[in-house]
Amino acid sequence: MTVTTARSRDRAPAPSGSLARRRRRRPAQREGLAGYAFLTPWFVGLILITAVPMLLSLYLSFTSYDILTPWTEVQWVGLANYKRMFTQDPSYWHAVLVTVKFALIATPLKLAAALGVALLLNQERRGTGLFRSLFYLPSLLGGSVALAIVWTRMFERHGVVNAFLAVFGITGKAWVNDPDYALETLMVLAIWQFGAPMVIFLAGLKQVPTELYEAAAVDGAGPVRQFFKITLPMLSPVIFFNLVLETIHAFQGFTSAFVVSNGNGGPVDSTLMYTLYLFIEGFGRYEMGYASAMAWVFLIAIGLVTVVLFSTGRFWVHYSDEDDR
Amino acid sequence: MATVALTPQAGKPSRQPGRRRGAVRLVLLLALLAAVLYPLLWMLGTSFKPQNEILNTVSAWPQTFTPGNYPDGWTHLDVGFGRFFLNSTLVAGLVVIGNMASCLLAAYAFARLRFPLRRLWFALMIGTLLLPSHVLIVPQYILFKTFHWVGGSFPYLPLVLPHFLAIDAFFVFLMVQFMRGIPRELDEAAKIDGCSPFGVFRNVILPLSRPALVTTAIFSFIWTWNDFFRQLVYLSDLDKYTVPVALTLFFDSTGQTAIGPMFAMSVLSLLPVFLFFLAFQRLLVQGINTSGLKG
Repeated sequence: MTVTTARSRDRAPAPSGSLARRRRRRPAQREGLAGYAFLTPWFVGLILITAVPMLLSLYLSFTSYDILTPWTEVQWVGLANYKRMFTQDPSYWHAVLVTVKFALIATPLKLAAALGVALLLNQERRGTGLFRSLFYLPSLLGGSVALAIVWTRMFERHGVVNAFLAVFGITGKAWVNDPDYALETLMVLAIWQFGAPMVIFLAGLKQVPTELYEAAAVDGAGPVRQFFKITLPMLSPVIFFNLVLETIHAFQGFTSAFVVSNGNGGPVDSTLMYTLYLFIEGFGRYEMGYASAMAWVFLIAIGLVTVVLFSTGRFWVHYSDEDDR
Repeated sequence: MATVALTPQAGKPSRQPGRRRGAVRLVLLLALLAAVLYPLLWMLGTSFKPQNEILNTVSAWPQTFTPGNYPDGWTHLDVGFGRFFLNSTLVAGLVVIGNMASCLLAAYAFARLRFPLRRLWFALMIGTLLLPSHVLIVPQYILFKTFHWVGGSFPYLPLVLPHFLAIDAFFVFLMVQFMRGIPRELDEAAKIDGCSPFGVFRNVILPLSRPALVTTAIFSFIWTWNDFFRQLVYLSDLDKYTVPVALTLFFDSTGQTAIGPMFAMSVLSLLPVFLFFLAFQRLLVQGINTSGLKG
């Protein structure tokens, strides 16, 4: 919609200036050239860094390429990589399971934490800004190797978490070394970084008109009812935005899984996230054809997840401008 | 926004329970904050603890203050950590410059210029926003390897060069959004004064885009500094390692033996990001608000 207004505004002054410039190129043509000139780096990037690699990896996914084979001797293997992936590689399915489990559990909990704290913070009081910044801090630091190292140490047998549990007489496990709990510790690390969606929720909450709450209060609706009847529907576009972003983010978790498992996805493949398995196949075993096939399936899966999210969004995401009609 | 600020307690029946609820809220927030910040404090405390004090203790505070962990960690690997910090700074610095320059150029074209197929290219750019970098890592690696960029005389080329080609669609998008807020009347005035599209860029858009550029610079720095996946893939010589890659080496080689020094280096590795946070916290929070950027 901005485009149309921009266009009409751009057109208007053109006749006055065009006489003087007619000697040279027409302004529109000149602007078109300038547009492509300014986009040149981006075009080169699009082709060299995105398009060519995408096509190359599609081709490689049908080959048994490893980095050592010269290009002329690359073996075309047809669908063998895909067949192996889907029917002969239990580790692959395990990685899919681990990743889906991680995304399915960590994302809603992270968003719930983000929304909960955002609701607590959604009041103009002194110190709110400080709280917001401090809650946001883990989002900046949490993706680093350093924090993954800290996490590993916190959740080991003699780590601080068990020392804390011992205060209550609970004997904890060696969480990071236990196949039943290793992935859960990574989920806790992901949830700990709820600050970024929280900040977005806070911005969304500020946009909810106060009159709605006032009207609801007059009608006798309590805080709980107000939350479900006003806050949640009004916030649904922001929830949706965060959900899409965080889900895609969760699918790509790599660093923490790599550090916790020393790069092998252990114990017993319990932290074998999809991207970690892709890394192991591609750069550990140099099975680059196979890794390419995995990458393409990953891309399609992420695309599908996004499409599914968007199509369910129609049923629960409520855009306020629809009401105005 | 302002209306919310004036009546924050809307819907509260009377003042007394409201005040009590405010106190409960504050206690709850403080408790949550303590839990959230505890890992960071524990990390900092542990970096000053001697080995025997690290296990089985809840307290973040070191009983025996052991600053020696820092020099120990600094020289623990065959190459000193100073080298890794230098390498990381070089990579992050170049990425910052690349992102600022290339994304600004692309954003100007998308936000202000009209040219054939603009909508198509814009849609493509938005499409690359959601493209996971892991999908392209294998073919990119092969491509860069055939160019002899991987492990070449400047092994950071594969890490840095893409950022000079505006591949971070997030920042292009951020800048487009920002530029749409700059009044078009300024462009028109400059055009009437005889400015070419480049002149408008140079005299109007560039100076006014400084806030967006600063946001881009900060996030570029933090993300590159924390990035691990690509640096792990592309760097193979120890003295070319960046801080995160060097940290994992630490983890491998020591096992249980040198937790204190490892924590000391972990703390140092987060220090630049933390300083950026202290200096620019308001801007960082605004940055995610305008574009949904993640930390």
